Amino acid sequence: MVKVLVYIEAQGGQVTGTSLELIAAAQSLGGTVEALVLDADPASLAGQVKGADTILTMADAALSPYLPEAHGKALAAVVAERAPDLVLVAYSSTGLDLGPTLAVKANRPLVSYCTKLTIEDGAIVADSQAYGGKLTASSRAPLPAVVAITPGSYREEDVADRAGATESIAAPAGLSDLRTRFKSAQAPDPDAIDITQCDKLLCVGRGIGDADSIDLAREVAAKIGAEIAGSRPVIDAGWLPKERQVGKSGNKVKPRLYIAVGVSGAPEHLEGMGSAELIIAVNSDAKAPIFDHAHFGTTVDLFDLLPALSERLGGG
Amino acid sequence: MRVVVVLRLVPDLTEELEIDESGTDIDREWIGIKLNEFDDHALEEAVLLKEGAGATVTALALDGEGVDRMLQSAIARGADAAVKVEHGLEHVPDQRTAAAILAGAIRELGADLILTGVQTPEDVFGQLAPFLAAHLDMPTVNAVGGVSADGEAAVDVRQEYSGGMSAILGVTLPAVLGIQTASQPPRYVSGSKLRQAMSAEIRTITGADAGSATGAEITGLQEPERGDGAIMFGGDAEAVAGKIVDVLNERGLLGG
Repeated sequence: MVKVLVYIEAQGGQVTGTSLELIAAAQSLGGTVEALVLDADPASLAGQVKGADTILTMADAALSPYLPEAHGKALAAVVAERAPDLVLVAYSSTGLDLGPTLAVKANRPLVSYCTKLTIEDGAIVADSQAYGGKLTASSRAPLPAVVAITPGSYREEDVADRAGATESIAAPAGLSDLRTRFKSAQAPDPDAIDITQCDKLLCVGRGIGDADSIDLAREVAAKIGAEIAGSRPVIDAGWLPKERQVGKSGNKVKPRLYIAVGVSGAPEHLEGMGSAELIIAVNSDAKAPIFDHAHFGTTVDLFDLLPALSERLGGG
Repeated sequence: MRVVVVLRLVPDLTEELEIDESGTDIDREWIGIKLNEFDDHALEEAVLLKEGAGATVTALALDGEGVDRMLQSAIARGADAAVKVEHGLEHVPDQRTAAAILAGAIRELGADLILTGVQTPEDVFGQLAPFLAAHLDMPTVNAVGGVSADGEAAVDVRQEYSGGMSAILGVTLPAVLGIQTASQPPRYVSGSKLRQAMSAEIRTITGADAGSATGAEITGLQEPERGDGAIMFGGDAEAVAGKIVDVLNERGLLGG
């Protein structure tokens, strides 16, 4: 029977929903599920884990706040000792640190961006998003292996309760001898706009072309009472401030109305807005992944459409 | 501080991707290639470190089609030197195999800080920065949104998490960072500067035969399963605008 180790991620003292999705993925494989909680004081996080057969806890002052190096060493030590067939991490900042590092240290294959996972004849068979979500890559890798799962691929609601005995394991040597240090945490500016609280958002993507053209979108947004948001390329280019970013490295939003203009809909963007109530997408590329998730769409050029929309909406 | 920035060419995703005859790779013959977007940010961060803290910047890449031009553009952007690694592999290797080859070249060059983009559109079997760190036995931080020098032997790194959260981590050098966003948007370079850099010398290093350590294989590449998809509005801009406004009205999303 396959033994799966799930690395549990925490943010602000809470187990992330993504970590519980990993447990759903692990349960779907039909084997035993071990959840690994690394923290200075892991009891509270361990109490939030559900669906594991065993909750492994490791307590050490170096394990919180999160440091890639400390968690990397701890995870590698646990994997060496417990020899799980499969290790699951999330495709997140943390998973990006830990997955490849573990794969090399433990000499295991790694499959990233996984959206669907099964085990056949001692090998993992996985589907991964590739090329900005435009293609799906199917792959095969022998166990033991490491897989990084894309958030949103499995559902936290599907986790079945299991007894979940807790077992504490000793921290490995070397956690007191680190080359990285936590200095400070930064939360979003409390005075800045919180787009997660907005009812209506008009999000501009790379297709908007330049900072000045965003004014076309602002005009429409003002008339429908929406706030302006941006996808990562727009934020990275400095065209809009960071607090207006939607997506994996920005905000997760769930407005009543989400209009995406010039947004291709990479998996990282969909992670941030996929559950908006009504999604209208404008993109000249009919194959853009955003159209698979939108309710209404058009390939009309945004530079024609935005002025037409503004005119149609009138003086409002 | 010696900074090495690893640059990669990737398919231009704004173009139509076609699957080749093998069914396991994209057809690379006609597809446009461009500098990986996150590597662009890594290069910018390297040049900012040079300007702010007096680092020297070496742009490093595996050899391949278009690589000379990419490296020369990096010189135009502010890199001090450009190095390409010959590898004898027929295809562009996956990042794990690339890391094994590049790690040898980085040892030969000597580096205090190695920057590269946090990911590429095709690194299905894992990302370069943490692979390099594991090979070089250096600490790594990924999804980095800014680096500043903390003296000669350490850097402060901003690691970004979801929900707009981030942390500042102090990292003792040498280290490998996967850059998500530079502290400033990547700069534009004038045509004359680019032309000037076209004569810049590119050093060649012969890479060690690393063999593949990937252990996984692509068995098929296909278009994603489509969901129900959007109801598409056709017609000219005025017609589409009218239909969108109708939808907003029906749902009570306008006025009030």
